[in-house]
Amino acid sequence: MSINNEEFRPKIVAFCCNWCSYAGADLAGSSRLAYPADVKIIRVPCSCRVNPMFILRAFEKGADGVIICGCHPGDCHYSTGNYYARRRMTLLFSMLDYMGVENGRTRVEWVSAAEGVKFSQTMNEFVEKIHSLGENVRLGDLRCKN
Amino acid sequence: MQELINRAKELLANGTVARVLGWKAGDLPYNPEPAFFTTAEELDNFVYNGFCGANLSKYMIAASKLEGKTMVCLKPCDTYSFNQLIKEHRVDREKAYIVGVGCKGKLSIEKVKDLGIKGITAVSGAEMSDDAETLTFQTIYGDKSCAYADAMLERCHVCKGKEHMVYDELIGESKDTKDAERFAEVEKIEAMSPAEKFAFFQKELSKCIRCNACRNVCPACSCRKCVFDSTKFDSAQKANVDSFEEKMFHIIRAFHVAGRCTDCGECSRVCPQGIPLHLFNRKFIKDIDELYGEYQAGADTDSKAPLTNFTFDDAEPSIVTKR
Repeated sequence: MSINNEEFRPKIVAFCCNWCSYAGADLAGSSRLAYPADVKIIRVPCSCRVNPMFILRAFEKGADGVIICGCHPGDCHYSTGNYYARRRMTLLFSMLDYMGVENGRTRVEWVSAAEGVKFSQTMNEFVEKIHSLGENVRLGDLRCKN
Repeated sequence: MQELINRAKELLANGTVARVLGWKAGDLPYNPEPAFFTTAEELDNFVYNGFCGANLSKYMIAASKLEGKTMVCLKPCDTYSFNQLIKEHRVDREKAYIVGVGCKGKLSIEKVKDLGIKGITAVSGAEMSDDAETLTFQTIYGDKSCAYADAMLERCHVCKGKEHMVYDELIGESKDTKDAERFAEVEKIEAMSPAEKFAFFQKELSKCIRCNACRNVCPACSCRKCVFDSTKFDSAQKANVDSFEEKMFHIIRAFHVAGRCTDCGECSRVCPQGIPLHLFNRKFIKDIDELYGEYQAGADTDSKAPLTNFTFDDAEPSIVTKR
């Protein structure tokens, strides 16, 4: 199998909460809204299920960008999960920035189950951003490349 | 020091405590080590001097499970760690008889060596009894001396203060040794470009040999089961094989103590490779202070830790890109 290395196709991992964002992604699909296939969705019970290690591990295994989607603050299925996630992710992203990882590679977005349009827009924007940042070399495990 | 030994002997003799947790002389004049003493004879080996930097509060987790009380010697900054452990129900306050010991800044043997003083056979001026401003070393190359402040640990230059947060009695005088800004180093790194930041941390972290000393000494790192020992963690129990594993270990280590770290500086003190590990913890502290209000872990035993708390109008994570 030959791989076309000429064009850069970013690998994006999207952690989507089961109750809002995953349903939002579903709605985007059933509404025939397009978003790039580079986005790989991982369903999590709640945005606060996302451990900082998940994000680092995704980068290690070759992701170029990681986006975490959850319910809007106040709408969490478990009442308060996304409030905790918000604090954790802020601190983690700040730390990654502090260590010299481009801060556009990580993002948190609140997407409700009714926001299929927002989901596809967000993903299109994010993929474009990662495209402009290029390949993730600062946090990757070099053994995973090729 | 003699006052401490006498008091310890008294407490042992009248049965208030079953053991004493302090420091005993090491095999070199500058490396006293933490030790338990159970008899008056053993206490003759007790030492307390400028090189007793070790934070003894973590030893109280194990000592809390023993029969009887333990007399523990805590410096002002160690009492923050002890308070934090009380808050997390890791130590039993009833099992501890806390003697707050005076502290006039602790010494770093690495800094002494950096000043060109090597082959040390004896040290004077490191006793906590007087206001010693100079340290005198007998070395195999002759007598040498340096200013006390020049040999102090980094953490003592940003001293949190001379007040003990928790104690049963105080012995000895303390001095506030703060003469530098706590977040100055962090701010210096924050001002760098991403490429410079990356290069800086790459250089520092590539020295890591994954000895786990920073984790083992940390009073906040006291889980019975640690993620770094899990076989499912890629870099468990082995040296880092690439630059990613170094970063993952250090980010996760600092993240796990974020909001609970009292900034006692033990991680940087014990690092055999001299990695400035406190820079990670202090970055988290700085962010928490700026975003969620000033918070000093261990200053009390009942406030909620910043990462187990929230407000409805916390900053969104996108603030990181805007700052």
